[in-house]
Amino acid sequence: MTRHLLSAADLDAAGALEILDSAEQMDAIQHRQVKKLPALRGRTVVNLFFEDSTRTRSSFEIAGKWLSADVINVSAKGSSVSKGESLRDTALTVAALGVDALVVRHPSSGAAHRITQWVDCPIINAGDGTHEHPTQALLDAFTLRRRLGDLTGRHIVIVGDLAHSRVARSNVLLLGVLGAQVTLVAPPTLMPAGVHAWNCSTSWDLDATLAGKVAGDVDAVMMLRVQRERMGTGSAGGGRAAVGYFPTEREYAINYGLSPARLDLLPEHAPVLHPGPMNRGLEISSIAADSSRSLVLDQVRAGVAVRMAVLYHLLAGADQEAGRTGEPHPAQAAAVSA
Amino acid sequence: MPAQPIPDTSAPDTSGPDRGDSLSPAFTPPADPRPAAAGAKTVLQTDDIARVLDRIAHQILEKTSGGDGVVLLGIPTRGEPLARRLAERIAAFAGVRVGLGSLDITLYRDDLRTQASRPLGRTVEPAGGVDGKLVILVDDVLFSGRTVRAALDALTDLGRPRAVQLAVLVDRGHRELPIRADYVGKNLPTSADEQVRVRLAETDGADEVSILGNGRVGQPAVPVKNGGPA
Repeated sequence: MTRHLLSAADLDAAGALEILDSAEQMDAIQHRQVKKLPALRGRTVVNLFFEDSTRTRSSFEIAGKWLSADVINVSAKGSSVSKGESLRDTALTVAALGVDALVVRHPSSGAAHRITQWVDCPIINAGDGTHEHPTQALLDAFTLRRRLGDLTGRHIVIVGDLAHSRVARSNVLLLGVLGAQVTLVAPPTLMPAGVHAWNCSTSWDLDATLAGKVAGDVDAVMMLRVQRERMGTGSAGGGRAAVGYFPTEREYAINYGLSPARLDLLPEHAPVLHPGPMNRGLEISSIAADSSRSLVLDQVRAGVAVRMAVLYHLLAGADQEAGRTGEPHPAQAAAVSA
Repeated sequence: MPAQPIPDTSAPDTSGPDRGDSLSPAFTPPADPRPAAAGAKTVLQTDDIARVLDRIAHQILEKTSGGDGVVLLGIPTRGEPLARRLAERIAAFAGVRVGLGSLDITLYRDDLRTQASRPLGRTVEPAGGVDGKLVILVDDVLFSGRTVRAALDALTDLGRPRAVQLAVLVDRGHRELPIRADYVGKNLPTSADEQVRVRLAETDGADEVSILGNGRVGQPAVPVKNGGPA
């Protein structure tokens, strides 16, 4: 197990399976009367969120609390960040409070990685810009594995706003490590730059892909949200979409939305995933979102178990690994003496 | 045979690599199929283990007045198959179907801060729960007593049993906590730096209990005095 979880690529197959197996056991706690395990008693976990989030932040919070850690939420709004404090100063300040792990979400790619250079505690990347969101990939893999069994040789199709998606990149990496085959489907404008170097195939034709005519039969389809907020001038809820990416939302929905007809193209066993929040009527129809094949709520539930497993594996034995002697990290020491 | 479905504990399921329960105090490689290493002294063989389990099953029936309200909870990895075997024997001897489950203690250990993370075993609650039951914890080796302490904590989170007892295949001494077993397969006087290895057909391919001297090849030279599971 690595010291931090910054990228899905930090995990090899054994490490990923260990977290998924642990998450299976963690999930059982949800059926118990006493939803509390003592594993992280006396540890402090800080959720450092520079970007809005409901499900990720609250599931990290619940995960930490069910493992008996003390969890503190620090969000950019209403903190010294809004007064102009730099990322480094904020991170060092929070670390100086004596935290055992930092969960970081930031609108800039690489922010979590940067913080590891300043702060001496395990860092979990809870989404950095359009780069990565490894715990989302883990919970998607967990949900898929529950429904499909071993993912080796399975074919997963990921559809939507791939260019702005950190979920897509993490999923391609993790599903690849787990032996699954991935096909990305999006209009050319929403394909990520450099996608040809990724471990996956690509297509612009959703109908053909779902029908198995592009890369073979499909075992699951994951719809991604159209991230209007990252498209610049998009009018939320309006008729016209972000300039330059696709002509209108209606056209996008017709070409790339998961309509009831497309749901019927899928094989019987193939479930539908969406990391949320959903734009109903845009990338996914309500009929697909609410069908028995939709695993959207399973994904949310899996989020808690998977994040418990991640916190446990990163924090168990962390003292020994860090050789913790009470000496602050060089950057912290410098900041203190400065 | 019991009508109540007994979960199959034999498959090498999610428990992953061996937590090193039986090879105290150091870790053992996962599911070692080889015969005991040179220098190992075999203490119990397949027949001995079968007889010992027969006796413990009879003792449980005797001490619990026929096994009424008894629930066997095996502590993974090797407590699980032992609990299952005891349940099968009790069913065969007295026609009583006792509750059967497993109780993972990994997250209740007292050395989580210092030891690297371990794979989790599984906790399977018995069909009728544990409230008001006579719970018998089943483990392979009783050593420091720390595993049992952790198990008592874990049990508290599952419910409130009427009473808790402990059955072990081997008691090797060197207790570090005020804990004793109610049913002991074999008392095995050992020195602290020796290692007791339990192998079971379900997890390791064969039944055998052996003592390994200190300084065994491939094992850490420095015994972990307090870190090992009980």
